[in-house]
Amino acid sequence: MSILIDDETRILVQGITGREGRLHAEQMIHYGTQIVGGVAPGKGGEWAVGKPIFDTVSAAVKATGANTSVIFVPPRHATDAIYEAVEAGIQLLICITEGIPIQDMMQVNDYVHRQNCRLIGPNCPGLLIPDYAKIGIIPGNIAMPGNVGVVSRSGTLSYEVINALTQIGIGQSTCIGIGGDPIIGTRMVEVLEMFEADPQTEAVALLGEIGGRSEITAADYIRSHMTKRIVAFVAGNSAPEGRRMGHAGAIVAGKDGTAQAKIAALSAAGAVIAEHPEQIPELIIQ
Amino acid sequence: MKLYEFQSKAYFADFGIPIPASHLVETPEQTVEAAKTLGGRVVLKAQVLASNRDRVGGIRYADNPDDVYKHAQILLGSEIHGFTVQKLLVDEAIDIQERLYLAITNDRVSGRPVLIASTQGGTYIEDIALQDPETVLWEHIDPLIGLRDYQIRRLCSNLNLPRDLWKDFHRITWGLYRCYTNCDATLVEINPLVITTEHTFIAVDGKLVVDDNALFRQPEIATLLQTNVGHRSEATALEAGLTYIKLAGQIGCMVNGAGMAMTVMDMIRRYSNNQVGPANFLDIRGGATSERIATALDIILSDADVQTVLISIFGGITHCDVVARGIIAAVENINTTIPLVIRLKGTNAELARSLLQDSQLPHLIIGDSLMNTVHKAIMAAEGHMHV
Repeated sequence: MSILIDDETRILVQGITGREGRLHAEQMIHYGTQIVGGVAPGKGGEWAVGKPIFDTVSAAVKATGANTSVIFVPPRHATDAIYEAVEAGIQLLICITEGIPIQDMMQVNDYVHRQNCRLIGPNCPGLLIPDYAKIGIIPGNIAMPGNVGVVSRSGTLSYEVINALTQIGIGQSTCIGIGGDPIIGTRMVEVLEMFEADPQTEAVALLGEIGGRSEITAADYIRSHMTKRIVAFVAGNSAPEGRRMGHAGAIVAGKDGTAQAKIAALSAAGAVIAEHPEQIPELIIQ
Repeated sequence: MKLYEFQSKAYFADFGIPIPASHLVETPEQTVEAAKTLGGRVVLKAQVLASNRDRVGGIRYADNPDDVYKHAQILLGSEIHGFTVQKLLVDEAIDIQERLYLAITNDRVSGRPVLIASTQGGTYIEDIALQDPETVLWEHIDPLIGLRDYQIRRLCSNLNLPRDLWKDFHRITWGLYRCYTNCDATLVEINPLVITTEHTFIAVDGKLVVDDNALFRQPEIATLLQTNVGHRSEATALEAGLTYIKLAGQIGCMVNGAGMAMTVMDMIRRYSNNQVGPANFLDIRGGATSERIATALDIILSDADVQTVLISIFGGITHCDVVARGIIAAVENINTTIPLVIRLKGTNAELARSLLQDSQLPHLIIGDSLMNTVHKAIMAAEGHMHV
C-alpha cells in the first residue's frame, strides 16, 4: 500500500474551474483517482469535468464525504482556501499553488499543525502512487508501480528521476514532492518516517537542494532509524554564494545550508550520493 | 526584493525608529553641501545592495570639506561587491558607546519569524553567532499570536541593557516588528543599533528585504523594482514572472523548477570540467505562457556572454507545446545564430516536438537524456559542434 492515501481517500479540487485546476482534475480522474467534487465560489450547482461544484468546502464535504483536498487556487487566495478546508474537516491538504507570501504561509502552516491536519506543499507537484492515484500534477505516464519511494523538494527534478527509474524498469511505491518554498507543511524527514514504515517501499530516492536544513535533519534520521537504502541527490553545488543581504540569514542558517554540507551529512549517515539525477536508478539497483 | 540602506532607513523612521540626520547625494559637490548642513562631521556610505561595505572601504568618515570631497570622489563610480556606486548616503556622525544587533527574519526550521538580538553588533555578527552562540539571543515569534512584550523584556534583561533604556528598546523593537509585518519583509535588520555617548538609541544602518511573492500587495515598494534589482534583466524577468540571475558563464539556461535549474548548472560545470559555465540561473516557474517563454529567451539572448542556449523543460503544470510556441516566436523575432539545445519532456512533449520540427528553425539541436543534452550544450559552447 502507498503512504498517505488509501481506498477511503475522497478528494476535492479547490479551484476546479481555473485553467490548471480543470486540466489537472481531468488528468487525476483519468488516472483513476477518487475525485468527488470541486469548489469554486460563485459556481456552486454547476458541474466541471463530470463532478459537482460547490461554493464552499463545508458544503462539498457534507455532500460528498470528502476528507482530502488538492488546492489550485491562485496565491493571493490560497491560504484562505487552506483555512477553509481545515475548518470544514479536511484532514489531508495538498497545495500546488506557487508564489504564496511567506508570512501568510507561516500563519496558516501553524494553524494546520494545531488542528492536527496534514499539509503537503505549497509550491509542490503533490503525490503520485503509480497505477493507483494521483493528487496533483506529477505526470502519470512517466511512472510505474514498484518499490522505490521518491521524495523531492523540487517538482521537475522528481519527474526526471521518476522517468529515469521507469525507463530501466524500476517502479515506484509513492512519489511525493514536498515543495520548494521555505515554509512547507510536511518535511522531508516526516516522509522518510512514512517510507520506513511502509512495507511496499524498499528503497528511497531523496532529492534535496541548497537552503534550509531539511536534508541535515533527514540525515540524522537516516543514521539513527532508517533501515532502507537511500540514494540522494542534492542540487546547487555550483550555485554562487549570492549577494547576501544582511546577516540574519547567515545567523539562522549557520553552515548547514550549502550543498556540500548536505551531501557530507547524508553521505556520513549512509546514504549513497548520486552525481546527477539520471544516475540514481543504477545506484538504487547496486 | 532588497531595498537600499537609504530606503530601508526611511521605512524604519516611518515606524518610529530613530535614524541619523542624512542626505542622499550623487556628486562630490552635493556631498560637501550635505556635510555642511549636517554639521561637518559625517559618514559617507556607498549605496549598494550588498553587505559588509565597510570591509572594502565603502563607508568613510570625514570631518572637513576637503576630506568629504576627496572621499566622495573615491566612492562615487567605484565598484563595491560588483555594484557601481551611484549614490552616497551622507549621515551625521554618531558618537558611539555600544553597538547592538537587532533583526527579524524568517526561520525556516521552526517555520516562524525570529527576533535576533545581540550586544555584539557589527559586520562579524554571524561569525560571533557560530563561535559564541550565547551572545546572540533568539526569540521565536508565534505567527498567529505575534510578538509579545514579555519577549522584548526578556531580551532587555538577558542583554543586560541599562534599565533606563528598556522603554526605548521596546519602542524600537515594536517599530521593527510592525515594519516587518506591514512591509511583508523577509528581513528587517539594524546593524548596528547604537547606544550613543548621550545614552540614546539610533539605528546607524538598516536593511529591509521584501518578499517577492507579496509585492502584489505592496504597491509602493513594488515601484522600486526597476531601480533596485542588481541587473536590469533581472527586473524585466521579475515583472514577467521569471526568476533570473545573471552569472558569468557562456551557456544560457532556461529550465523549469529551481531545483532542476540548479541541477543543470551543476552538470554544466561538472561535465565540462569547469571549462564552461551557466550564463544565468533562470526558472520559468510553473504554468508558463508562450509570452513568458519568449521573454525568457529574449533576456537570455540579450546577454552578450551567451554562446549557446540550453532549454530543458519537464512539463507537469507547464505545457511543452506552449514552451515550443514561445521559443519559435522569440527566435523568429530575434533571428539569432546562437545554437539552441532543446529537450522537452512531459505534458504535450510530442506536440512540442512536431511544432519545433515544422518550424524549420535553424540552429536547433534536440537533446534526449538530460546528460546527453548537457553534453551537446557544452560541445556547442566550446565550438566543437557545427550547426
